[in-house]
Amino acid sequence: MTALLHVERVSKRFGGFVALDGVELAVAPGERLGLIGPNGSGKSTLVNCICGTLQNEQGQVYFDGAPMDGLAAHQRTHRGLARSFQLPRPFVSLTLADNIRVPMLYTVHKRSGPLHADSVSARCVELLSLVGLDHKAHHMPRDLTQVEMRKLELARAVAAEPKLLIADESMAGLSHSEIDDMLKLLMTLNQRGITIILIEHIMSAVMRFSQRLVVLVTGRKIADGRPEDVVRDPEVVRAYLGQ
Amino acid sequence: MRSLPFIAICTGIALLAFAGLRATGNGYLFVAGYIVLQFVVLATAWNILGGYCGYVNFGSAAFFALGAYTSVFFYKLEEIPLPIPLLIVAGGIVSGIVGLATGYLTLRLRGAFFAIATLAMAVVLQTLIVNWDFVGGSRGAYILHPENLELGGFSLPYSEYLFLLMLALALIAVAAARAIERSQLGFGFATIRDDELAAEASGVPTLRLKLIATTLSGALMGMAGAPFPYYIGYLQPSSTFGLEYGVNSIAMPMIGGTTSWIGPLLGALLLGSVQEYARVTISSSINLLIVGLLLVVFVIIAPNGLVGLVHQRLRRKP
Repeated sequence: MTALLHVERVSKRFGGFVALDGVELAVAPGERLGLIGPNGSGKSTLVNCICGTLQNEQGQVYFDGAPMDGLAAHQRTHRGLARSFQLPRPFVSLTLADNIRVPMLYTVHKRSGPLHADSVSARCVELLSLVGLDHKAHHMPRDLTQVEMRKLELARAVAAEPKLLIADESMAGLSHSEIDDMLKLLMTLNQRGITIILIEHIMSAVMRFSQRLVVLVTGRKIADGRPEDVVRDPEVVRAYLGQ
Repeated sequence: MRSLPFIAICTGIALLAFAGLRATGNGYLFVAGYIVLQFVVLATAWNILGGYCGYVNFGSAAFFALGAYTSVFFYKLEEIPLPIPLLIVAGGIVSGIVGLATGYLTLRLRGAFFAIATLAMAVVLQTLIVNWDFVGGSRGAYILHPENLELGGFSLPYSEYLFLLMLALALIAVAAARAIERSQLGFGFATIRDDELAAEASGVPTLRLKLIATTLSGALMGMAGAPFPYYIGYLQPSSTFGLEYGVNSIAMPMIGGTTSWIGPLLGALLLGSVQEYARVTISSSINLLIVGLLLVVFVIIAPNGLVGLVHQRLRRKP
């Protein structure tokens, strides 16, 4: 199997605190991977190391066959790695349509040559309608509800036309029907050929979405396999419920 | 409106203003107008980094002074003085390079730390100039210019020549700021102002964009400073690096509004004129008091400046 993403023995420390301890992870093209773990287990640090927001001290991240070591976050985005943030971080002074336009101008533009202004606008509308926000294209992010903010966050990540999308807790705080909406959206994106890593605390959502489940506890990977098997793993149960 | 018609219209307005001032026959108006226009350039330049990217520069006076001292340097060096347009280019290059270097050293800092670093840079540069005898050191330098500019049988009073140069610079600065605002670069700058992490994640090369902003901003400030020794006649470090430039470059965009090119333009025209008026009618040192008071008032009643006030009005109407 040639992995799309290969995380090889990645470690990260913050002073004396070991946030990641030799994490190994491979993700195949087109896969839907769930990543879970208790609070503070290093999930977001792992995402930050993969996406270049943080630089890992040890180990190596390979994406699409190339080492990502030393590349800045924007360079990784140009190569097809996109993420949404745990807490939505919209560009507050830009309209929704312009929020979506940024990755198109700076990433898609760069990758596949100049786009025509009309096709950029059309694509903005298309992406916003994909997440059901097309009627608010000319609103500002401050007019949005929490769930809409998360949808915008996803739409902006998808606008970069990534090969791999990392959705960092895009469902926290949402209602059941909103979670269903989000899952449907992620499934649609996956069917369009985007590999997805879903980081989530809501187990029902993770179990429905994931083809494979990885568990991080205190910076180490303790389980990796079919979701049904992983949740029965005694070590995982112990990490979540205590002994 | 596209850029070319915009520039054409602005040039038209500028030439009309020049003709109008000439018609009054009052030479002082050119002297006062020069200072106002100089502030238009400084405020617009500050806004490229401070307003568009959200990086507050307290060291504007240093970039301005570097441009001025570049002119002094060439004045002292050459037997035949260089024409001022060439000095403007030279000043722009020197300040642009210093802007790039400052950016490289400080842009990993954010917020108050960046502001403090720019202030420190200004102090360091002032110390260098004070101790550099060739350009006059702490004694200052005298620059003499002919009374009239003679150009192939055509004669123009020097104050009008300097005014015209500054008018052209102001046009260039405003047109450049406006073009940036509407370009891909302007989009990138706005994302840096809003959220740098999210900008990086969207593929925006934030460090490179910030370096472009510091270089452009510094270069424009240097260009504004280059003709200054010829205007003032006697240049000394303490006033060239003075509070007046640093504070005004920040206050003018703040009062006008920082998110668009028109804000610094309005702020500089308004604040510059009021200060010049007060300097002549009340006292020569009251100008900073006016800036301070206006800044306080605006921070309280219109934190987004005049442009913000107008936007608010427009939004409330429908």
